[in-house]
Amino acid sequence: MDRRAFLKSSAAIAASGLEARFGFAAAPPGADYRRLLILVELKGGNDGLNTLVPYSDAAYYALRPKIGIGRDHVVQLSDHAGLHPALAPLVDLWKERRLAVLQGIGYPQPNFSHFRSIEIWETASKSNEYSRDGWLTRAFTAQPPPRAFAADGVIVGSSELGPLAGGGTRAVALVDTEQFLRRARLANALSEARSKAVTHILEVEANIARAAAQLASHHAFQTQFPSGSFGSAISTACQVIANPAGVAAVRMTLTGFDTHVNQPGTHARLLAELANGILALKSALEELGKWNDTLVLTYAEFGRRPRENLSNGTDHGAASVHFALGGRVAGGFYGSAPDLTRLTADGNPPSALDFRSVYATVLEHWWNVDSRATLGGRFAPVPFLTA
Amino acid sequence: MPTTLTRLLSLLAIGACALATFACVPALERPTSKPIGYYDARHFLARTGFGPTAAEVRRYAVLSREEAVAELLRDARASARSSPLTRPPAWATETGALRLPRGESAPPEERQAFRQEQIRNGLELRAWWLSEMLASPSALTERMTLFWHNHFVSSQQKVRFARLMYAQNATFREHALGNFGTLLRAAAKDPAMLIYLDSAQNRKGQPNENFAREVMELFTLGEGSYTENDVKEAARAFTGWSLNRDTGHYQFRPGLHDNGIKTVFARSGHFDGDAVLDLLLARPETAEHLTRKLWREFLSEEPETHEVKRIAQLFRSSNYDIETALRGLLLSDAFWSAGNRGVLIKSPVELVVGALRQLSIDPGPALPLALVSAGMGQNLFSPPNVKGWPGGEAWINTHTLLARKQFLDRLVRADAVPAVWLGTFPGTTSAEQMQAAQALLLPLPPSSRTNLGAGEIPDAMTFVRATLLDPAYQLK
Repeated sequence: MDRRAFLKSSAAIAASGLEARFGFAAAPPGADYRRLLILVELKGGNDGLNTLVPYSDAAYYALRPKIGIGRDHVVQLSDHAGLHPALAPLVDLWKERRLAVLQGIGYPQPNFSHFRSIEIWETASKSNEYSRDGWLTRAFTAQPPPRAFAADGVIVGSSELGPLAGGGTRAVALVDTEQFLRRARLANALSEARSKAVTHILEVEANIARAAAQLASHHAFQTQFPSGSFGSAISTACQVIANPAGVAAVRMTLTGFDTHVNQPGTHARLLAELANGILALKSALEELGKWNDTLVLTYAEFGRRPRENLSNGTDHGAASVHFALGGRVAGGFYGSAPDLTRLTADGNPPSALDFRSVYATVLEHWWNVDSRATLGGRFAPVPFLTA
Repeated sequence: MPTTLTRLLSLLAIGACALATFACVPALERPTSKPIGYYDARHFLARTGFGPTAAEVRRYAVLSREEAVAELLRDARASARSSPLTRPPAWATETGALRLPRGESAPPEERQAFRQEQIRNGLELRAWWLSEMLASPSALTERMTLFWHNHFVSSQQKVRFARLMYAQNATFREHALGNFGTLLRAAAKDPAMLIYLDSAQNRKGQPNENFAREVMELFTLGEGSYTENDVKEAARAFTGWSLNRDTGHYQFRPGLHDNGIKTVFARSGHFDGDAVLDLLLARPETAEHLTRKLWREFLSEEPETHEVKRIAQLFRSSNYDIETALRGLLLSDAFWSAGNRGVLIKSPVELVVGALRQLSIDPGPALPLALVSAGMGQNLFSPPNVKGWPGGEAWINTHTLLARKQFLDRLVRADAVPAVWLGTFPGTTSAEQMQAAQALLLPLPPSSRTNLGAGEIPDAMTFVRATLLDPAYQLK
């Protein structure tokens, strides 16, 4: 038996056993997980103020005499705000009105620790509330994606499951599909459970086997993916998405945004990587005919403090700007721009838009599932999606 | 996977069960003064240490339960109170001022150099602890030190000074099996903890509740046993606790201390931080919270309420003698019950250190091992947040399971260890030796589907590899 055939058959056996044992419920008729969510984490805390620059605001230049972006350099989107020049590749998307700029996203009582704040975001918790399960885990547990999917969610390029942490979902973490397939040979899905712990391990093995059998689509894209680790994460993600078996959510990560020191060069490089990566992603999704069924959202633990520090960089801040883009996005500005003349005691603008409202939009308007239980309360969706 | 392997595993599983060598056959009740025998000794050592060797198991097999527990605790006591076998890096025991580039005013090069130095030291520190785990004559000491690291969490990510992380580790080691009250007081004033839980920001008039909240929720009482107001008031009591950066030691700063009356747990007084710790130790929830956590560490994921209360009572009446709590847990029927065998998932560190110890593999430099463990989700000295590593099933996801298997696979492929190692087991045929080896390595029969049919006896490497890659090897 060759490896592929073996993986397929073992996955099939394991899957049928598992479904009988755990009884994955079918999604209710309303839920539509054929619509894909791609989360892009800007790890380290992206500087929102130099991402969307309030170039007509004197307070901005007063706070950032050294690292502020001159009005001549910004890519103007309106008469007061413009993109960092490295984001110029996104301007066509903006003109097509498929890029939504979500301003002032944060949460009350911001936490300035990377670890705690990203946990708050990924578990959709309050600042003083600890939850082990990611927000996608909670959503998928309440309303599971179709069992025929290769996985509920795929984490590309990291072993931290983030929004997919916790038990009960079929989450696959992979760095690249080829490596995953090589290693997947070590998983042994032909087994019988004997204790709860063994059951869990076997369930994970079955997820590996199923994903290994289905994930590598070997699709030949015309799109040229950028080099670098983010580019290869996008390429890996596109292989996963090209698979007809389907997946509800993909999370990838662009790292390096913790720009305490000498920010300008680093930040420009990262934003260029982001913009070029997004363009490649869009192009690949169009090749697959999935651009209209994909929503891409950026997120991060926090933004940076408005006042630049003495090392030509910025320190941990709070509310920040994020992007939503895709074929069904209603482009434009949402939330509101920070008032830089009214900073809180810790030197940050208060948040204008709760990040859980963005999640509520995804849950209710993208997947048509309930958001209240997942988010621990009612958060009004933001109308950045077209009907 | 080659079909021969599947057949092989089935064969061994059947053979093992037939010989009643595995926990799948309920253990017979035996009077506690009788020797525990090979399989109970294996269970005992796997739970209280890292993967035991056959020699260690044989040494304990002749002891009764009481003798085994006493022996283990005696070794740990001796080990915890002496210096580590592995010499720590030179910088770890330096004293004097903590050189931190002054805030944001330091030149970028200086901040950069500091960061790089601390990253380098942090790596050395991880390698040092892993070496000590591999070398230590008392695996329980290391397990308990790791337990306290995951209880009184601090992370180098925030603390930055690797030297303070080393000092904290030494404190955990010293009190690993000592007195919990003493340990709590030491941990509360530990410099790394003062930084990690923002004590420096906790001042009269501007309290920072971080430490006050965690000391109640995580270190002593557990969730639900205190009010928000208790936290607020306790935070006032802890004001003035700070770190002297010139000495690198704890310092009380009276000027920053709120000397007013606080009301904590319905009692009022001019409490200071020590008084609040006393109030926490006076509450019965503290002993129960700790006992429950130790139960999860050593027995199972499902603490039995009645037994927890009984052992917590012993713990509390002993004035928080940690050995007393451990003795209570290790001598409980639940610890030895057949239903609790192989129900806990090894942490990455347990897997890595255990496999190397068990297979008598020369580990070489320890740093790569520390990084392997980090890749499996346990980066020593950097738990993910103040709650520590969640452990249990959370250790295993598709990525970490493959990382675990890849590590084990490489271990076996690396050299000719399997054949030599297998040859040390008793038995006249290689099939008998394999059964004996599997009984040492796995807490449960292999999980592979039992297809009937004869299979040829595999070579040593194939056998060891299949056993290590079986899901049961992830368990203890």
